[in-house]
Amino acid sequence: MAMTIHVDIVSAEAEIFSGTANMVFAPAEMGEVGIAPRHTPLLTRLKPGEVRVQVEGQEEQYFYVSGGILEIQPHVVTVLADTALRAKDLDEAAALRVKERAERAIADKASDFDYAKAQAELAEASAQLHAIRRMRDKSRR
Amino acid sequence: MAGAKEIRTQIKSIKNTQKITKAMEMVAASKMRKAQDRMRASRPYAEKMKTVVAHMGKSHPEYKHPYLIEREAKRVGLIIISTDRGLCGGLNVNLFKKAFASMKQWREQQLEVDLAVIGTKAMGFFKRLGGNVVSENSRLGDAPKIEDLIGSVKVMLDAYDAGEIDRVYLANNVFVNTMTQAPTVEQLLPVVGDETDKEIAHHWDYIYEPGAKEVMDGLLMRYIESLVYQGLVENIACEQAARMVAMKAASDNAGTLIDELQLVYNKARQAAITQELSEIVSGAAAV
Repeated sequence: MAMTIHVDIVSAEAEIFSGTANMVFAPAEMGEVGIAPRHTPLLTRLKPGEVRVQVEGQEEQYFYVSGGILEIQPHVVTVLADTALRAKDLDEAAALRVKERAERAIADKASDFDYAKAQAELAEASAQLHAIRRMRDKSRR
Repeated sequence: MAGAKEIRTQIKSIKNTQKITKAMEMVAASKMRKAQDRMRASRPYAEKMKTVVAHMGKSHPEYKHPYLIEREAKRVGLIIISTDRGLCGGLNVNLFKKAFASMKQWREQQLEVDLAVIGTKAMGFFKRLGGNVVSENSRLGDAPKIEDLIGSVKVMLDAYDAGEIDRVYLANNVFVNTMTQAPTVEQLLPVVGDETDKEIAHHWDYIYEPGAKEVMDGLLMRYIESLVYQGLVENIACEQAARMVAMKAASDNAGTLIDELQLVYNKARQAAITQELSEIVSGAAAV
């Protein structure tokens, strides 16, 4: 029996492939790598491209990845595929956006703040009312 | 027939409320199923990520990444995931209580706390409380994408890289089952590896391409993001489950209230008829 290697391809939102293969090809950052069973442990980033999985007696399977991380253990290959497009400026912009939103939300005392406060006061008042009503019911009996 | 009309209108208004709560219950039930599927779909990634990071923790790299090194804490970061909407029972309140207890503990140890909130409920709560909120992210919908979270996570990671905060925690609800949601606060950074898997104990290391630092940066950033994402989808499943249960309780309460009022109404009607009859009878007797 030919030697095989276990392959898992997962993305953050779903599992894409899981099974055994004879050979796996992946677009590593420094060039495409071919992985045969008993490959030495390796950890690398992926660039956009195709992951090809060869299973004996079956047609080659292709999976497109837009990037991610590749981990190789002697008997396991794990592809952690990205679903999000990543770029340094994009990430920076996202970070800035959430920061601004926090500042704005804190500065914006009128809308949400009053609402939350009113809600808390309402809850308190209704609890008090409830207690008073219960006391009155008791004294009546 | 004193009060009969009032009782009737009251019954009607409660019935309308019941219709709404019933509809909300059913909507929550179907949304919960989808949210649970989504939670399951993202689990393999999180688990694989965990194994890879655990492997990495066991290897002996020439380069130690700052995310793996414990350092003395002066300031901690806390990412809080809450819901955007209410009417889901005590879900948010329980989580905030838990988070607040942790914050109090840190304050006692003279640690400052920076907050990154996700969800409008957390924003409202911690603003009122006067927490130091550094980032806000909300209205992500029922099917959030991982890129929606990149900003919130990056703010914390940047602060960690710059040495402004020395630990990062995540607070969210964990989905146990439909009836039970457990609020938890867990440590994200520095990464705490579990020492369960002792298979590969001998001295070894990965080959890193292009370099250990670049690869680890990418991996650990995705690791943290996947944990936060998993927390978010889990929290959404919790929200729908909690809402379903809360709305079911509300519908049931409305039902008992209607039954009680119906009884009062019937009695009032009966009394009015009896009174009228006795009036007629006594009138006839007087003649």
